[in-house]
Amino acid sequence: MNSNKCRMPRRNRIREGFASRLFDAVNVFLLLLLAFSTLYPFWDTLIVSVSSLKSYLSTSIHLWPSEFSFEGYSYVFSNMELWSSYGNTLFITLVGTLINMVITIMTAYVLSKPMLRGHRILNFLAVFTMMFSGGIIPSYMIVKATGLMNSLWAMIIPTAINTSSLIILRNFFMDIPAALEEAAMLDGCNEVGVLFRVVIPNAKAAITTIALMYAVDHWNDFYNAIMYITNRKRWPLQLFLRSMLFETEAAYSSGGQSLFLLGQPMKMAAVMLSIIPIICMYPFFQKHFSKGMMVGAVKG
Amino acid sequence: MRTQLAKKEDYTNKKLGKKEQEGYFTQLGRHIWKHRYMYLMLVPAIVYYLIFCYGPMGGLMIAFKDFNPIKGILGSPWVGFEHFKELFAMDKFYQVVWNTLRISVKRLIFGFPFPIIVALMLNELRSNKLRQAVQTTLYLPQFISWVVLGGIMANLLSTNGGIVNGVIQLFGGTPIGFLNDERYFEGTMIVSMIWKTFGWNTIIYLAALTAVDPQYYEAARVDGASRWSQLIHITLPGIMPTIVVMLIMRIGNLMQAGFEQIFVLYNPGVYATADIIDTYVYRIGLQDGMFELSTAVGLFKSVINFLLILGANKLARYAGEEGVY
Repeated sequence: MNSNKCRMPRRNRIREGFASRLFDAVNVFLLLLLAFSTLYPFWDTLIVSVSSLKSYLSTSIHLWPSEFSFEGYSYVFSNMELWSSYGNTLFITLVGTLINMVITIMTAYVLSKPMLRGHRILNFLAVFTMMFSGGIIPSYMIVKATGLMNSLWAMIIPTAINTSSLIILRNFFMDIPAALEEAAMLDGCNEVGVLFRVVIPNAKAAITTIALMYAVDHWNDFYNAIMYITNRKRWPLQLFLRSMLFETEAAYSSGGQSLFLLGQPMKMAAVMLSIIPIICMYPFFQKHFSKGMMVGAVKG
Repeated sequence: MRTQLAKKEDYTNKKLGKKEQEGYFTQLGRHIWKHRYMYLMLVPAIVYYLIFCYGPMGGLMIAFKDFNPIKGILGSPWVGFEHFKELFAMDKFYQVVWNTLRISVKRLIFGFPFPIIVALMLNELRSNKLRQAVQTTLYLPQFISWVVLGGIMANLLSTNGGIVNGVIQLFGGTPIGFLNDERYFEGTMIVSMIWKTFGWNTIIYLAALTAVDPQYYEAARVDGASRWSQLIHITLPGIMPTIVVMLIMRIGNLMQAGFEQIFVLYNPGVYATADIIDTYVYRIGLQDGMFELSTAVGLFKSVINFLLILGANKLARYAGEEGVY
């Protein structure tokens, strides 16, 4: 810590007493403890996933496997349902995010222009849906009536717009200096041209963050899956995982051998496979949310 | 921009000599035609909101009908408040409402101050690198689904091979069924929800902290204020508006007790303390097919939720903040 003192001039110009240093030490210790408590569950998962069943059962404190084994992974890999659910989730995430972004950007752009007639009422209609909703059963009936049940589109279309993301993006668009847009208009751009040449390039950071939020929501979407997807072939990853982790293991067998035998290591291998894409994307996210984008936090 | 465009419009109109005589609808038509691409871009959103947000609101009328799938929602006969009478006579209804409110209020009381404290602690760190590293770590659980976290929790909390019970046994205790025992399940839900979200919730406070004017700190140091008194007299008041807004938003969300989390982890053994409105609606509606009754429960929830949001928003204005909505 001390080596950093000269780099952080704001607080440290005056000489510090013992109390202040003690405060720092305790603070650092507590924060590291919190970070540890956040990471440990993932570490435990990783270790269990690469342990042999014997070494898993021999102790309950899994800091390091006494015997490495990738049996869990190989059984999960040989499960065709994993691959099909992975494929379904990939489709939902890619296509869903694309549709989310196209509609959200278009709508946010139009709503950011107060000169358009009807702009107030449209804003109100969008915001009102954040305050009042039809709830589970009526939404189910609508999805059923539109014929989306048991199709991957049921996880894309009913969540096409996240209203808070829409409002945040609209506010970003409103903050873009009008002079820029006027200049483009004078140069002969029409309103659509302004969107592509001025607005989108100027809101890149916000757009990326919102796209990432949408993508994570789709990847993790369990709610819409449990509501609208019952056909196992259409199961996304989260439903597959739920069934594998929480339903009777006996129902799962692959390669003629019951997966029950592999128990916890296999389950944790499946967990690892589902979070690895998120962990890989994580450094990329991190760059964006440190840019002062409070988008997700506001979303709460 | 608005005025300039308006002028342009006036000018065109004058040139055509139609300005004053034009009817409202002709003007509207001209306006829409001029901005036709803008209005065209709105179409998907309008269709989406009408079908998937306002459609279900219309579907709420099931709660007042004797629903018959063959006749459809509109064709089914009205029964007035029949289903609500049935509902208000059910003990189970009061149980799920009480569970929902109790779980959310406890989460609010224990979970709300936590991110504020952590944000203040992070703010006191002197090393930027360490702060970045800790922050990034704390955000991680926010990006993991409840299904996966549920699996991870079951692994850690298992009475048979989980580390938490392993440690308890190491110190001579008896294993605790965190996920099966009615007495512990609620606590497990509350703690794990706080664990998942607190890191991410620090973001907004950290952003508010960067907006506190450094001159205040300089002045305080010149006056010899200790770090503790700087914290109490400068930092905390500086982020107080943010704290108030966040608190109000949380109050508006009290009816959301965390469907996914509880749905993934609960079991019939803990229904008495863990069954919340949403899980109950899902079970009686989609699993048992009692559409009218479950819609009535859902409508009850939506109305309370709406009133809470309106009330919270009023409070926000009263507290001198711009309303959240």
